[in-house]
Amino acid sequence: MSKAVIEALKSRFGEAIWDVHAQFGDDTAVVDPDKWFEIARFLKTDPRCAMNMFVDLCGVDYPDRDPRFEVVLHLRSLEKGHRIRLKARIGDADTELPEIDSVTPIWGGANWFERETYDLMGIVFRGHPDLRRILTYPEFKGHPLRKDYPANLTQPLIKFRDVPEKFAPFGPDEGMSFGRQTHEFHRDDPQMIESRKKGLRDPRDPQAKPLPPKES
Amino acid sequence: MEPLDQDLEEGELEMPADPMMLNMGPSHPAMHGTVRIVVELSGETITKADVQIGYLHRGFEKMCERGNWNQCYPCVDRLNYVSPMLNNVGFSLAVEKMLGVTVPERTQYYRVALGELARICDHLTCNGAMAMELGAFTPFLWYVRAREMIWDIFEEETGARVTHSFGRVGGMAKPPTAYFKDVVRATIPRVLAVLTESEGLLLKNRIFLDRLENVGKVSKEVALDLGWTGPTLRSTGVPYDVRRAHPYLVYDRFEFDIPVGTTGDNFDRFMCRQEEIRQSARILEQCLDQMPDDGPINIDDPRVVLPPKEEVYSTIEGTIQHFKIVMEGIKVPAGEVYSYTEGGNGELGFYLVSDGSGTPHRVRIRPPCFAITQALERMIVGAMIPDIVPTFGSLNMIGGECDH
Repeated sequence: MSKAVIEALKSRFGEAIWDVHAQFGDDTAVVDPDKWFEIARFLKTDPRCAMNMFVDLCGVDYPDRDPRFEVVLHLRSLEKGHRIRLKARIGDADTELPEIDSVTPIWGGANWFERETYDLMGIVFRGHPDLRRILTYPEFKGHPLRKDYPANLTQPLIKFRDVPEKFAPFGPDEGMSFGRQTHEFHRDDPQMIESRKKGLRDPRDPQAKPLPPKES
Repeated sequence: MEPLDQDLEEGELEMPADPMMLNMGPSHPAMHGTVRIVVELSGETITKADVQIGYLHRGFEKMCERGNWNQCYPCVDRLNYVSPMLNNVGFSLAVEKMLGVTVPERTQYYRVALGELARICDHLTCNGAMAMELGAFTPFLWYVRAREMIWDIFEEETGARVTHSFGRVGGMAKPPTAYFKDVVRATIPRVLAVLTESEGLLLKNRIFLDRLENVGKVSKEVALDLGWTGPTLRSTGVPYDVRRAHPYLVYDRFEFDIPVGTTGDNFDRFMCRQEEIRQSARILEQCLDQMPDDGPINIDDPRVVLPPKEEVYSTIEGTIQHFKIVMEGIKVPAGEVYSYTEGGNGELGFYLVSDGSGTPHRVRIRPPCFAITQALERMIVGAMIPDIVPTFGSLNMIGGECDH
């Protein structure tokens, strides 16, 4: 059904289409990773393809192959009802984090899928608007879905985040901080107890007014 | 503790002009599932938002790579834990597509029946929880009572209420019980009665309607762009249903309608789910009528399906078969496949890579929730704090599925 798409891709890009197959009935094109973005945009805009539904994006790790990783993109066309799988092979022995173009500018839905692939597989998407970990936490070491990541590995303990957190959509000086309130939650903190004895309200804020004297 | 502003005169207090940041979740009564929404507020209007998921990440994809193919079932069960049977069926179909086998007709009908029951559970939970978060507790209890009726069927059939692990590659764990059809036929009208009754409570309720109508609107183009599928996509007016567009199992033999919305707001999503429950009941009715009463449940292939227990204990072939399947796993031909079914929330896809051994090389789960939840950010910007609750509820984010 999506043979027409494969033909359209071949006629437009020629050499950049490295391989095509239809194993188990799923039409697949393995493409040049340098043309990844162009081919994706062609698939969305060309009327023969019209792949306007973003379905899935993931990475696969083949530790024995030379381009070690595969980025796999599944697309569907709403009007024509055909599907295609697009693959690109990236990464070699020297690069820790292989790179490929992001398709988020083409399909907004790719945003979280690319973040997930970056998080779990360690593939960097160039041009992604907000590439940070999504399922694990920022201090996480390694990329758990890689084959060389042991499944029983224990992650190191992380420090309690002491600075007020700011996240990507928020600039560093935007908004009120919502870090820990220093008053009530630190009753047992030695630094806090010490500063209370000195009569300071917040040990981290030298400008803070001293606590009012206790009424006897 | 000392009051914070004891030393301030009231006249010195000023209203802060800064935008305020607020943290909703990860553990919040109105956030079913654990999700954290960081919002920046100007007054009560949301100016920026960041949705953070991952609090329920349990590494299922990694776990699936460690066992054999049949050992993936407990993992896929726990993806969408409200409708685990749909995940079981989806995964079975994916592996069977690779093996190139088709299960007997009786199993196909059985899978459809169990799947549609699970879909009813899923929609009941979503709509019930959504009503509860808006303060309507009674409908929630009624919905859950209806769901409990269906879970009783599942308990009879599979032995477990929620996480059944009932699917197997090449069939099911057990044949349907003798009274399966009668029980379902008796239960469905009761469930539909509850549905109608609850609708009476909700759809004439001004508060409920005001908080749903024209809130959280998503256009058709945006929904497609974001990779939405399932009831949320249909609520925007796109009649895309995997059961109709790419029929699998025996869905092409049933008559059913695909409900679509017009505006894509919370109310449309609510009503789409309500109507889909009725359509599922229609499918169930036809399915039970057509389902054969006897016949094999599993395919006749000793390399895929475990032999009957009496053969394992009495014949050497049975023992060896059993040993090879349990110890080495099913040998799935090397290659890759993407198989998709209509899950509770939309297209549930499995992208499987096999290297020819008994263990999967990669099990990629395409959770429908994941694509749907990422839209929340742009849906709530510009809205108000109370709008987050119905909008989030109508997306039916299932933590287990979204966070893998």
